[in-house]
Amino acid sequence: MDLPLIWAILIAVAVMLYVLLDGMDLGVGMLSFFAKDDEERNMMSATIEPVWDGNETWLILGGGGLFAAFPLAYAVIMPGVYLPVLVMLAALIFRGVAFEFRHKAVRQPTRHFWNGAFYGGSLVAAFSQGIILGAFITGFETDGRNFAGGAFDWLSPFSLLTGVSVTIGYILLGACWLILKTEGELQAKAKRFGLIALVAVSICFALVSLATLSIDPRVTERWGISMTAFDFAKILPLSPVPLAGIALTLWLASDLMRIGTHDSGPDWRPYLLAIGIFLSGYVGLAISLFPYLVPFEFTLWQAAARDNALGLMLVGAAIMLPLILLYTAYVYSLFWGKVKPGDGYHA
Amino acid sequence: MEFDALLLSRLQFAFVVAFHILFPAFTIGLAAFLAVCEGLWLKTGQDVFKRLYLHWVKIFALAFAMGVVSGVVMSYQFGTNWSVFADKTGSVMGPLLGYEVLTAFFLEATFLGVMLFGWNRVGKTLHFVATCVVAVGTSLSAFWILAANSWMQTPAGFALDPETGTFYATDWLAVIFNPSFPSRYVHMMLAAFITTAAVVLAAGAWQMLRGRSSQPTRWQTRMAVGTLAVLMPLQIWAGHWSGDVAHEHQPAKIAVVEGWCETKDVQGTVLIAWPADNECGHNGIEIPNTSPILFSSAHGELKGMDAFAEDERPPFWIVFWSFRFMVGAGLVLLGLAFWGVWKWWRGTIDTPGLFHWLAVPSGSLGFIAVLTGWITAEVGRQPWTVYGHLTTADSVAPVSAGQVATSLLVFMVVYAIVFTAGSIYMARIATRGFEDDGTAPPRVHPRAPGSPLGAVDEPAKVPGDIVAIK
Repeated sequence: MDLPLIWAILIAVAVMLYVLLDGMDLGVGMLSFFAKDDEERNMMSATIEPVWDGNETWLILGGGGLFAAFPLAYAVIMPGVYLPVLVMLAALIFRGVAFEFRHKAVRQPTRHFWNGAFYGGSLVAAFSQGIILGAFITGFETDGRNFAGGAFDWLSPFSLLTGVSVTIGYILLGACWLILKTEGELQAKAKRFGLIALVAVSICFALVSLATLSIDPRVTERWGISMTAFDFAKILPLSPVPLAGIALTLWLASDLMRIGTHDSGPDWRPYLLAIGIFLSGYVGLAISLFPYLVPFEFTLWQAAARDNALGLMLVGAAIMLPLILLYTAYVYSLFWGKVKPGDGYHA
Repeated sequence: MEFDALLLSRLQFAFVVAFHILFPAFTIGLAAFLAVCEGLWLKTGQDVFKRLYLHWVKIFALAFAMGVVSGVVMSYQFGTNWSVFADKTGSVMGPLLGYEVLTAFFLEATFLGVMLFGWNRVGKTLHFVATCVVAVGTSLSAFWILAANSWMQTPAGFALDPETGTFYATDWLAVIFNPSFPSRYVHMMLAAFITTAAVVLAAGAWQMLRGRSSQPTRWQTRMAVGTLAVLMPLQIWAGHWSGDVAHEHQPAKIAVVEGWCETKDVQGTVLIAWPADNECGHNGIEIPNTSPILFSSAHGELKGMDAFAEDERPPFWIVFWSFRFMVGAGLVLLGLAFWGVWKWWRGTIDTPGLFHWLAVPSGSLGFIAVLTGWITAEVGRQPWTVYGHLTTADSVAPVSAGQVATSLLVFMVVYAIVFTAGSIYMARIATRGFEDDGTAPPRVHPRAPGSPLGAVDEPAKVPGDIVAIK
């Protein structure tokens, strides 16, 4: 059994689940900035209150899993993104407790403070996650088994671009979630934000894809695309991934435009399509970087812990993860349906 | 002392882990207390136990949430600040911490939800089972953390990869049940129970002093006093056991803890010490010739600080004094417990008085003992991260002092805001007493994995929609 590969897939899935699920939470959090009053803000937050902290737990599994399964990758990446990780953690703490504290605050200034912590924390967390992604793709300066770069190596035009892209992508997920969970005025608002975000996301994802191709010759080589030449033998088998992304984007655009009109599609479809767009990007990225876990320095096999450690953990993961997934699915099914004014656990 | 990345990283780790440990230490004991209350309610059918359960479960939820929030930070510390340690020990520490994450996540995902939100939704027995599983699960989380930490103290069952210099396990059972693990696990579990009992006692005493005494208040006070009276003597024994093991495997730690200057066959007990201009660096008040009683299993000479070069033993003052604070806190709790039992026997435990005034601030003593005890253990491990094999200086991440100073400052500010708010809120529930009698948690819906924060809302105004378990 190729244990490192199994663990790479497990962690990739955990991170992906985090991005899709908590990305939607962070998107809704950011959109709450545009709420016209506290009632609308409460409605927005009520759509994610039952699920957000379960969603966030995938991040612990991603981080803890990386340490446990790929200590070398963890040891190189984390010092390399020291400050963005710090900012992300602080933002997530504020965002997390704001769910509760903004309802507890009696006085107006404290209430404003926790409202700000809610959307500000969401925005900062999303942006720093994008920065971390960009820094991860561009790779890290290493010396032996250590990170050897500087404190601000993560900062580059590319990482700023991924920061913006992830932020807008999360807003798209959040807007599509709100379309699914709300109706009337708030849904119409979500539709407008969704359309704007979709246009921006298309541009951003295209830019990120092009930039990624030029980051390392190995990526260019894999896709068979460079500034001067196409290698159809390579690009053709891989082309379904970007093509699917484009098709899903167009489908989502047409779906979003028809929301609220007489021939609108089902309300759940935009969210599913947005997930599809994210997946195509995620798979595309995996194709570009495989098998590197610290891009272009260490492969997943080089970075892996010993087989006896990976095997021991796999036993636990094989028992626990299916149960967790089942329970998560059960909770989502419990909360199926539209949120009404006054819903949420503070009513 | 230079504020370099190493020292700042140590300070930061100490800060975030000290904040974190307060919450698990409290929730481990509280989960057990809740299981006992619910069990007693099912067995006796007395309403008072249900009221106790529904009251304390709200505080449990908040404390658990604070533990989760501060725990997320911990899972990144090893990489951001101790990356060399992470790389070298990953194949040994990884699975131990991995199992802790899985255990905690699994609990949050399943039984905690039933415990916090299932009061009206599942049967009595299933709810009780959920509470018990959460209680066992929190202890299991502690099991993995203590296994990992004890392996750093007394590493066993491993070998070193000659090529990369990384540790790997050769015998997992020896890794987990390393020499110091059993005594330290027992010591920590007892500390958790005692910490919770002290808090429960303080809350009860406070309500009595404020004239809000009710049946649950009287019960919780008695239960806490009884628990302390039984567990404190056991804890002293467990601490002694732990000291014996440390003496065998980490003689430098014990030399510093005891303040022994010279290596001798028979040592005394130094009660207090102060700086002095002698070879040892301190003078103290000493009870002579106690070691044959206190370290009865030790053979031959007992090593003093002179047996170790200064850079091969832990720093003296912090270890020496934190140990005495821990012991002092424990002895006060022991005295308080015996006094409480005496008052219980005389039938005066419900009469507000000096005992109650002392019991209120003593609610913090468990936390103080936990913190100073961990400081003794961890600073006493210096200069090693993996005792005898990997030094702290060689474990630190290649990050700059500026970055670590920034992050330390950010964590201090963020924790100050967030945990102050959370603690005030917890204290508000604990001191409010039992005016919210008999209401179930007001949640109408169950919540997703790991949503303890939602369970601490204000009591529902309309008891009508809340159907108590029949």
